[in-house]
Amino acid sequence: MTGTAPAARPLLEVRGLRVVFDGFTAVDGLDLTVAEGELRFLIGPNGAGKTTLIDVVTGLTRPAAGQVLFDGTELVGRREHRIVRLGVGRTFQTSVVFERLSVVENVDLAAAFRLGLPRLLRVRRGVSGTVAEALERTGLTALADRPAGELSHGQRQWLEIAMLLAQRPRLLLLDEPVAGMSRDERERTGELLLEIARDHTVVVVEHDMAFLRSYARTVTVLHEGRVLTEGDVAQVQADPRVREVYLGRRGAGDEPAVPAGGEVG
Amino acid sequence: MHALLGQLPVGLSIGAVLLLVALGLNFTFGQMGVVNMAHGEFLMAGAYTAFVLQAWFGAQSVLVGLPVAFVVVGLMGLALERGLIRHFYGRPLDTLLLTWGVSLILQQVARDVFGAPNVDVAAPGWLAGGVDAAGVRLHYSRLFILALAVLCVLAVGWYLARSRTGRQMRAVTQNRQLAACSGIDTARVDQITFFIGSGVAGVAGVALTLIGPIGPTLGSTYIVDAFLVVVVGGLGQLRGAVLAAAVLGLLNAYAEFWSDASLAKVVVFAVIIAFLQVRPQGLFVLRSRALT
Amino acid sequence: MTLTSPPAAGTAAPPPAAAPALPRWTGPAAFTAVLLLALVVVPAVAPPFQINLYARYLCYALAALGIALAWGKGGMLTLGQGVFFGIGGYAMAMHLKLTEAGPGGLPDFMVWSGVTEMPLLWAPFASPYVALPAVVLLPGLVAAVLGWSVFRQRVRGAYFAILNQALAAAFVILLIGQQGLTGGSNGLTDFPVLLGVDLNRPESQLGLYVAVVLAVAAVYLALRAFDRSRLGRLLVAVRDGEDRVRFLGYDPTVVKTLAYTLSAMVAGLAGALFVPVAGIISPALFGVVPSIELVIAVAIGGRYSLAGAVAGALLLNLARTSFSEQFADGWLYLQGALFIAVIVFAPRGIAGLAASGRELLSRLRTRRTAAPAAGAPAEGGTP
Repeated sequence: MTGTAPAARPLLEVRGLRVVFDGFTAVDGLDLTVAEGELRFLIGPNGAGKTTLIDVVTGLTRPAAGQVLFDGTELVGRREHRIVRLGVGRTFQTSVVFERLSVVENVDLAAAFRLGLPRLLRVRRGVSGTVAEALERTGLTALADRPAGELSHGQRQWLEIAMLLAQRPRLLLLDEPVAGMSRDERERTGELLLEIARDHTVVVVEHDMAFLRSYARTVTVLHEGRVLTEGDVAQVQADPRVREVYLGRRGAGDEPAVPAGGEVG
Repeated sequence: MHALLGQLPVGLSIGAVLLLVALGLNFTFGQMGVVNMAHGEFLMAGAYTAFVLQAWFGAQSVLVGLPVAFVVVGLMGLALERGLIRHFYGRPLDTLLLTWGVSLILQQVARDVFGAPNVDVAAPGWLAGGVDAAGVRLHYSRLFILALAVLCVLAVGWYLARSRTGRQMRAVTQNRQLAACSGIDTARVDQITFFIGSGVAGVAGVALTLIGPIGPTLGSTYIVDAFLVVVVGGLGQLRGAVLAAAVLGLLNAYAEFWSDASLAKVVVFAVIIAFLQVRPQGLFVLRSRALT
Repeated sequence: MTLTSPPAAGTAAPPPAAAPALPRWTGPAAFTAVLLLALVVVPAVAPPFQINLYARYLCYALAALGIALAWGKGGMLTLGQGVFFGIGGYAMAMHLKLTEAGPGGLPDFMVWSGVTEMPLLWAPFASPYVALPAVVLLPGLVAAVLGWSVFRQRVRGAYFAILNQALAAAFVILLIGQQGLTGGSNGLTDFPVLLGVDLNRPESQLGLYVAVVLAVAAVYLALRAFDRSRLGRLLVAVRDGEDRVRFLGYDPTVVKTLAYTLSAMVAGLAGALFVPVAGIISPALFGVVPSIELVIAVAIGGRYSLAGAVAGALLLNLARTSFSEQFADGWLYLQGALFIAVIVFAPRGIAGLAASGRELLSRLRTRRTAAPAAGAPAEGGTP
C-alpha cells in the first residue's frame, strides 16, 4: 500500500492557477494533479500558497486565472456548499466545530447535508450507521454526548475529521491536522490518516517534518505560489532546491518551519 | 425641468444633514465597529447645548455652540465608552441594545430638564434669508449646513490621514492585534476615537437647530438614516459616507418629489436593499481581515 | 482574502452549554401546570379588564417567541419585528372593518377622509378566506423576500439589525402618510364583529383570551419541536459559525431565511390576535420603539430560551403597567436601566439565571451525595 498508482485517473486537477490579493500574487501558475485514491502531502515554507490552494479548491477564494477540475467538473465559480455537495470536504487550521452542540450532533449535522427539508425538520432519533462509524473511526464514540466545546484541541481536530468522514466525500483536504497536537495525538492522527487514506483520496497540508517522514507517501513542495518539486519523501528530502528553500528560513528539522497559526497564503 | 432642477439643492441639503449626523458614526461604527444607538441622543445633546448657550450668547449661540458641543458631547461619548461600551467590544449586538437603553435614559433626562415640548434655538441674523439662483431659493441656513458638512469632512479626513492619532486609529481598525503589538495604546486610541465621533455628533446637533425646533426625540428621527449612510457608504469609509449621504439625500428629495414623503421612505429602503445586492459591503470596502 | 479559518459569528453573549439534566417529566409537567394556570385559574380569579390586559401581553409574548427563534437560536437580531406584527394586525383589522361596513360598504374612516371607492388593496380582505391566511402569509412573504436578498449577500450582524430598524421606520412612515388607505396615525379601530361573533360581549373577550393562550402554547410547542429538529440544530450551527456551515454543504441563506420567515409569521399571528383583543391597531403600537422593546423583553427573559421569551414579555409588560401607573416618567429611567442591567449582568436573562440556579442546586446535591469520595473529576476523558 505504498507509492502511487500512476495509472489511476485524476480526481483533482489544478491548471495554471493564479491567485492575487490586492496586488500580491499568492499563487502563480500552479499545476497539480491528484489521482483517485492517493494520499498527497503539500508542504512548503510559509506563504508558499498551500492554504490558498485549498481555499480556491473549496470555493473560499476566487482565483484570478486557472482551472480547478474535480473529476472533470470545473469548481471555480461554484459556491462553497455546492462544492461540498460534489464531494470535496475540508478541515481548517483552527478547528471550527459547533461548541454548543454535542459531538454526536456535530457529526449528525455533517452527515445530514443531503437530506431534504422534510427530513431535516424531524428530530434526530438515535445515531445513524454513518455517524456511528465516523465516531468509531476517530475514537470519539465515548465522547458522543459531550458538548463539542468541552473537547481538547486534538479531539476537536478528530471531530472535524469525523464530520468530514460522515459526509462521505471523495476528496478530503486537511489543513495542518496535527498543528498544536501533542506527540501522542500526532501519532494517533497519523494512524487515522493512513486508515482514512485506504478508502479516500486525501490531500494534507502539513508543516511538521517528522509527521511527514512518518506518514507521507507522495509529497508536493510548493514555493512562492508554484510547485517546486514532487515525489516520494526520500526524493523530496534529497532535493537540493527543497533544502535551499527551507534552509533559507529555518531548516527542515523536527520543528514546524513556522509557528502554527501565522499562515498567510 | 425647472422643478427637477429645483430638487437638486433640496437633495444636497438633505444629504449635508445626513452626512453631518453620520460623520460621527464613521468613527464609532466605522472605525471601531461599535453600534451606538445613543448617537441620536448625542445629536440631541448637541442641539440642547446650543439651546442652553442661548441664555448667554443669544442668537450667536449656534456659532459658539459648535466648539462647545464638540467638547461637551465628546466627553459624554468618552464617559459612555469608558463606563459601558469598552466591556462589550466584539459583541456588537449587545452593544446595540445596551446603548439603546442609554438612549432611553438620555431622552428622559432631556424631558425632565428641558420639558417634553420642542424648543426653538434662534438662528443668527446673518443666516436669515437666502439667495435665488436659477429660480431656486437657497436658504443661507441650508448653505451654512452644507459648508459645515464640507468643513467637517475635510477636518476629519485630514485628521485621519495626517495626524499621528488618526493614523493610529486606522491602524487599529485594520488590525487591532498588530497595532497593539507595534506599541499603539489601543485603549487610548479607542477613547479618542469615541470622543471625536461623539463630538462630531454634538456639532451636527448644533447644526440641526438651524433646521427646526428641537426636542427630546430629535435623535430618534435621525439615527436610522445616519446608520443607513454608513451601511451604504461602506464601513469606515469617509468618501463612501460622503457619496452615500449625497446619493441618499438626492434620492429622498426626488422620491418625495415624484411620490410623497411617506412613499419616499419605502422607495429609499427598497433602493438600499437593491443596492446591497450589488455591493453588500457598501460603496467602498476596507480590505481588512480584522473586520470580516 | 484568504481565511485560515472561517470567522465565527461571535456577536452575542456566550450561549449556554447543555442545560443540566432534569427528570424527563418535569418539562411536560411544568408546561401543563402553566397552561392550566392560564386557562383555569386566571379566568376564575382575574376581573375581565385584567383578562383583556393579559391577552394583550400574551400577544406580545407570542411575537417574542418568534424573536427568540430568529435572534436567540439564529443570531439574527430582528429589530423590526413590529413590521410583521403590524402587517398581521392590519390584515386582520382591514377584514374586521370591511365586515363592519357590510358588503360593498366603505369603512368609516375612509368616508371621513373622502375616499369614495373601495381601494384595490382592501377589496380582497373582505373575505375571511383571504384575510385570515394573509395574516401569516403576508408577513412571511415580506420576510422571505427581505431575508433571502440580504442573507444571500451575507449581510449580517449589526447591518442586518439596522436594516430591520430602517424597515420598521419606513413602514410606520408609510402607514401614517397613507391616511386614506390606513387610517394614518390613528390606525384602525372599533371592530364589533369577528367571524360573526359580537366582540363586545364579555364572553367574547374571555374566548379571545383563551384563543391567545392556546396560540402561545401551540407556537411554543411548534418552535420547540423546530429547535430540536436537525434544522433547529443547523440554525444554531449557522448562528455560531455561518461560514463553517457552508463547508458542511448547507446553504446558510436557506436556513436563515426560513427561520426569519417563521419568526415573521409568528409576529403576524400575534398582531392579528392583538387586533380583536385591543380593539385597535395603529403605527404607534409597533414602530421602531415597540419593536426594540420586544427584543429587550426577549433579552430579559433569556434570548436562548423560548419559555424565557414568553416570561420576559409578560414581566416587562406587567412591570410597565404597574410602574407607569404610579410614576410615568420614572418608568422610562427604570426601563433604560433594566435593559442595561440585563445586558451587563445577565446576558442570558431570567432563563439563564434559572439555569445557573438549577446547576448550582444539582451540584450541591451531587456534592452532598458524593462528598467523601473525592474521586477523579469527569473532565478530560481522552479516548
